[in-house]
Amino acid sequence: MKVPESGVVGQSVRRTDAIDKVTGCAVFVDDIPFGPNLLHSRLVRSPHPHALIKSIDTKKAEQLQGVRAVVTGKDISARLGLYLIDRPIFASERVRYFGEPVAGVIATTEDIAVEAVKLVEIEYEVLPAVYDPVESAQPDAPLLHPDLGSYTVANFIFPEPGTNISENFKIRKGDVETCWSDCEVVAEGKFRLPPIEHVPLETHTSIALSEKSGQVTLWASSQSPFAMRDMIAQSLGIPHNQLRVIAPLVGGGFGGKAGVTMEACAVVMAQAVEGRPVKLRLTREEEFVGTSVRQSLVSEIKVGCDKDGTLLGMELTYYFGGGAYNDYGVNIARAAGYSCTGPYDVPNVKADSLCVYTNHPVGSAMRGFGMPEIHWGLEQIMDQLAEKIGMDPVEFRLKNCVRTDDEIVSGMKMTPIDLEACIEKVSRAIEWEKEEKPTAPNKKRGKGIAIMWKAPAMPPNPGSAAVVRFNEDATVNVEVGGQELGQGAFTVAAQIAAEILGVTYESVTVSYPLDTKYSPYEWQTVASRLTWSMGNAVKAAAEDARTQILETVADHWDEEIDDLTIKDGVVISFKSEKEQPLDKMVIYGLPNEDFEGWKGGPVVGRGHFMPTYVTNLDPETGQGTRAVVHYTVGAQAVDLEVDLETGQLEVLNIASVYDVGRAINPDLIMTQIEGGAVHGMSSAYEELKFNKSGEVLNPSFVDYRIATIADIPRKIHGDYVETPIDDGPWGARGVGEHVMVQTAPAIANALYDAVGIRFSDLPLSADKIYLALEEKTNQGK
Amino acid sequence: MVTHTISLIINGTEEQLQVPSNMTLLHALRDKLGFTGTKNGCEAGECGACTVLVDGEPMNSCLVLAVELNGREITTVEGLAEDGKLTPLQQAFADLNAVQCGYCTPGMLMSATALLKRNPHPSEVDIQEALIGNLCRCTGYQRIIDAVLKASRNGGER
Repeated sequence: MKVPESGVVGQSVRRTDAIDKVTGCAVFVDDIPFGPNLLHSRLVRSPHPHALIKSIDTKKAEQLQGVRAVVTGKDISARLGLYLIDRPIFASERVRYFGEPVAGVIATTEDIAVEAVKLVEIEYEVLPAVYDPVESAQPDAPLLHPDLGSYTVANFIFPEPGTNISENFKIRKGDVETCWSDCEVVAEGKFRLPPIEHVPLETHTSIALSEKSGQVTLWASSQSPFAMRDMIAQSLGIPHNQLRVIAPLVGGGFGGKAGVTMEACAVVMAQAVEGRPVKLRLTREEEFVGTSVRQSLVSEIKVGCDKDGTLLGMELTYYFGGGAYNDYGVNIARAAGYSCTGPYDVPNVKADSLCVYTNHPVGSAMRGFGMPEIHWGLEQIMDQLAEKIGMDPVEFRLKNCVRTDDEIVSGMKMTPIDLEACIEKVSRAIEWEKEEKPTAPNKKRGKGIAIMWKAPAMPPNPGSAAVVRFNEDATVNVEVGGQELGQGAFTVAAQIAAEILGVTYESVTVSYPLDTKYSPYEWQTVASRLTWSMGNAVKAAAEDARTQILETVADHWDEEIDDLTIKDGVVISFKSEKEQPLDKMVIYGLPNEDFEGWKGGPVVGRGHFMPTYVTNLDPETGQGTRAVVHYTVGAQAVDLEVDLETGQLEVLNIASVYDVGRAINPDLIMTQIEGGAVHGMSSAYEELKFNKSGEVLNPSFVDYRIATIADIPRKIHGDYVETPIDDGPWGARGVGEHVMVQTAPAIANALYDAVGIRFSDLPLSADKIYLALEEKTNQGK
Repeated sequence: MVTHTISLIINGTEEQLQVPSNMTLLHALRDKLGFTGTKNGCEAGECGACTVLVDGEPMNSCLVLAVELNGREITTVEGLAEDGKLTPLQQAFADLNAVQCGYCTPGMLMSATALLKRNPHPSEVDIQEALIGNLCRCTGYQRIIDAVLKASRNGGER
């Protein structure tokens, strides 16, 4: 079928949601009015990181005027989970992190709910807690989940009952033991990252309504309404068609609004007060204390190369601090396992990637899904190895980086990419060879580079569906189940539909809010998979609608479909040069000659996409034909300076280039690259801090600093290259998460270049840098 | 809780409402009057998402009690565009993709509107100083700076 060249794909058209968002019309879940019938709720949270619950007395709370109900784990024993069903909705026997929900109070006002929380009396028996994932993986560590062996688990996740290990992914490739003797140099290192928070500006909010008919409706700030429905429906035994999840625009997600956070608590509370909607809105403090975090990681890396600088072997152990329960954690460890080498061609690899329970908040997905965590160590050790063999870091990476068709660490053939082009572009942009002068005598300046790869980390068969519906005037509604979190997914969907249908971009509207009752299925808005997967579904749906239109017109004109196309909303024939505007005919069809009957009818196109080619991996070696659908790769280079008197870092320039396959909307890619660079920079300074009792010490914007407008680099040079993949729309793949994966190690490498000190642990706080500088000075004396 | 009857001039229209003593302007706007464009990000004056103009001055609406503002003029994001025409600032935010998730956008617009009123041609540093209390996790801020600069060239806050 000929596809028209209206040229919307590849254009930087304006976001579909821009006007709503600048005029205050954009609706987020907290903006939905519910009227005086609305009840408010608060959660009672554990004050201990690890304890047995001896008793819960809710009587006093229930007696407070205005309290409608109090719910505890005794009322509901169901567990929740995505890959490993390990998390109670409300803890009933044991709490496993500070801030875990133990009870919920429902009241007529939020103030009363706050008061009632204080009246719930809970007796605990405190247990020893463990926070470090390496300690927690030891046989003598306090056991968090004695029942691990009885939990339901996905068939590609391998927990070890009797320990705190919830996943152990292994790579055994080539012969690592003997490769070391062939190495000219070997570098070893141990690197650590603390847990950090997603920090969306919109806190998690949900409203649940349980009706007497059994119908349950949940309004939620969700990246993945269908996955949320599936998890809660399975957990509570609600038929999927009786649980409706409505998800308006999301005010920032970054992975933190994927899966289920506290939304199941809202549903259980609503079931206690049938017929009345119950709102559960997390405060900013709760957002820091009671939502999922990016997991901590301790990585032990050994890597070696021959005298030419060619990588020969790697040995890796990753200990992910999974927190108290698994949301995405086990699959993060798996993804980190099958991508354990980073974007390098390494013939001999031994790796163990573990997810380990700790008494920290739930470890989960955050922008990059394991990749920022592993690249922190990988991209520093590569610089160390390059230095040992006497190679420039850029040259070393150009020599060893992964290329199209290479057999990568999981045994699969690398999908089309051009990482060399990304490396060359960032080197040029940052003027790698040029030594820059510091801006003041008390400062030192340095440059660093880091490269990355990331595949969408998913089950093998996550699907997308889309519907394209014409209106009488030939405007179009595109229905999808993927969410708009700010990344521009709706804009890209509208562009793809307009391109295929031969209509203007402005005539296409993407329907929202998402609603599992009406929206077509989408697995989840995660893994930077929408442009690729949802894009394929929208393209298929638009092609279906286009075919329906062309069949009707071809029949009407007695011509062949192949001689027709649609341009600017008009069907035209190359053969007869006839024209037929789309308006009216896309609903009413076309009349036969002399109105002897009609042809066609309302045009509704449907399409879906599901990858069918991902294979299983051998549980002992991690080897298989195709571990993932594809990889996106990229490079970043940083130019920074350090104030020697304060230890303060200032990132002056970041160059950031990714291979996106095909740019559907170039400027939206640039907005991801710019925002991601600042997010990545900010993440290098962030740490969710805990005291010895597992209590979060910095649950506010004042104490947990994220980058402000005054902190940004002077310049971010963004760019992309286009090496199309076979299975994406016009060859496109995702880039939303990749853009912050290697920023922190690029900064660390630049810092080393500036002052000659390696920082193996995040965050790169000024005090840590200052003390290290002082120690170095003292050693020199 | 004692309730008070107050009047606020919201986007040029006088509104009478009853508020308890402890109700912040943020909740009065959102829950009593339905002006939900003003966002609740922290209720502690730390993120700027709830910024509105009170007699033209930017203010965190989560930090001020509604009862204290009896008779005052409040401008929210809903009051920027008139007769369907965006202000140059709104237009610049939309044109330059200075918007991603959109949750910080109303507060950013209000702080920047106030800046352009008192300083129609701000430097980048002026903009950074004026918007330092408005947090954004998505954009990386440069587009926001560029949008304010563009608006300042195109006639400021109108």
